Amino acid sequence: MPLLEVKGLEKSFGGLKAITDLSFSVPEGQIFSIIGPNGAGKTTLFNLLTNIYRPTKGSIFFNKKDITKLPPFKIAALGISRTFQNLQVFMNMNVVENVMVGCHLRSKSGLFASAFRLPSVIAEEKRVRDMALEALEFCGLKYYSSQPASALPYGILKKLEIARALASKPRLLLMDEPAAGLNDTETMELCRLIEAIRDSGITVLLVEHNMGLVMEISQTVLVLNYGRLLATGPPRDIQKNPEVIAAYLGEG
Amino acid sequence: MKRLLGFYIFSFITLVLPILFPDNYYVTVVGLTVLINISLAVSLNLLMGYAGQISLGHAAFFGLGAYSSAIFTIKYGFSPWTAITFGLLIVFLLSYILSRPILKLKGHYLAMATLGLGIIVHIFFVQADEITGGPDGISGLPTLSIFGFPIDTDLKWYFVFALFMLITVLLSLNIADSRAGRALSAVHGSEIAAQMMGIDTAKVKSRIFVFSALIACIAGSLFAHQQNFVSPESFSFFFSIELVTMVVLGGLGSTFGAVVGAFILSILPELLIVFEDFEVLIFGAILMVIMIFLPEGLFVAIKNKIAYLAFKRYQKEVANATS
Repeated sequence: MPLLEVKGLEKSFGGLKAITDLSFSVPEGQIFSIIGPNGAGKTTLFNLLTNIYRPTKGSIFFNKKDITKLPPFKIAALGISRTFQNLQVFMNMNVVENVMVGCHLRSKSGLFASAFRLPSVIAEEKRVRDMALEALEFCGLKYYSSQPASALPYGILKKLEIARALASKPRLLLMDEPAAGLNDTETMELCRLIEAIRDSGITVLLVEHNMGLVMEISQTVLVLNYGRLLATGPPRDIQKNPEVIAAYLGEG
Repeated sequence: MKRLLGFYIFSFITLVLPILFPDNYYVTVVGLTVLINISLAVSLNLLMGYAGQISLGHAAFFGLGAYSSAIFTIKYGFSPWTAITFGLLIVFLLSYILSRPILKLKGHYLAMATLGLGIIVHIFFVQADEITGGPDGISGLPTLSIFGFPIDTDLKWYFVFALFMLITVLLSLNIADSRAGRALSAVHGSEIAAQMMGIDTAKVKSRIFVFSALIACIAGSLFAHQQNFVSPESFSFFFSIELVTMVVLGGLGSTFGAVVGAFILSILPELLIVFEDFEVLIFGAILMVIMIFLPEGLFVAIKNKIAYLAFKRYQKEVANATS
């Protein structure tokens, strides 16, 4: 039973078709990678899955539920979280507060209860802080917890986005180029982190340019080219696929 | 206890001042303006500083509260508290209905829309003279009583304003340090990321807009009763701008930043009177110097510096412990 199912998805911006007739399904418990040359439509696909863009055609099912027309915050509530290619860290907060926002769906005090700081709020605050620290520890960021986000280097902020997404305890995590801009050591750490996320029971959908990383950790790889599905299968088959090689290296 | 330490010290100073100096002009006259401005700046900061949504029309809600009190007590003979309730109802409905369409806008467009709101309400105060008394305003509001205790001297008003201001500050501090406050800051930081964390950003923005309008409305009612008089010029576009300046001067996104900003901007003109003709010039120069050298705002700049030093010390301790 697939966790995520995409059927006949299509998105055009004016005359440009960014995604054309795309269908695939992501089984639960996998690291499922999407690769493709620049402009293949990978980030567009992520934005469609989270309904930041509205699809022109087609439908998306998560856990058998149609999420095509749901607003992003409701999609998040069903158990999908994501990180962003261009960082979207809350720079006006410190590290632990960033991750506490990730716990939004696992807590419930509203504006008025918060304003009057009812006893339930005090108990919840402590619980939320612990949950956030747990997510920070998982990502190896506990040391930075009281630092303002704006003071941290890029590599740490990338991990912070992952911690924030994990704090919402998603079933599916979309990661948009998590290794971009990281050095070799950081990329190795990231590899282990993504595997640890999968092992904790979260399905990972990964967009990534670093082929070494993708081939090492993925169970399934999907290749996009000009918004179309070019091939899908286990990494070994993809590496040998002549069409994929042509798309990446150019036809000889 | 530690979380609210600053608040307790601040409350203590606020409440002790009039006891020590009951006849001081700066306490019982200028002090009243300072207190009401702090309440307004703190309420505006919830919307502007935390949620990052600019409003150039905050004075409109302040004015609606004041005029509701004046109109319903004098023209229709309701008791002051009934009039305040009507005011709250009107402002609630108006801000709630306007919030969703207005807060869909961002940046300059939101500034324009809220500016328009402020100007329309002001025009209503000036032009609808059968209801509002036109440019002359309305005078002769009845005395406000709290639990049968009439508020009839400046000193008593000081305590009423101080109490209202302290409640506003406390609510704001509570919100900042809670799930709701973090949702506001998240909307400010990145609306897209906030939505992906499950925050209904439209609802969050609308709620805080209404909340901050209601605080301004109560401040307006109290102000009208204390002044015994309302006229349009207290609620003009310029006052909205002044409130924005207070919030920015002290530091966006900090409750005590708004307090400091409101305090300076209310007290500075009084202190600069000695310079006579140069008053406005020096006032402007001081604001410019603060913003050039401390662009994050006076209070926030100092707070950040302290936090930075504390982290440096922590880093050193960790380094010493591991070596």
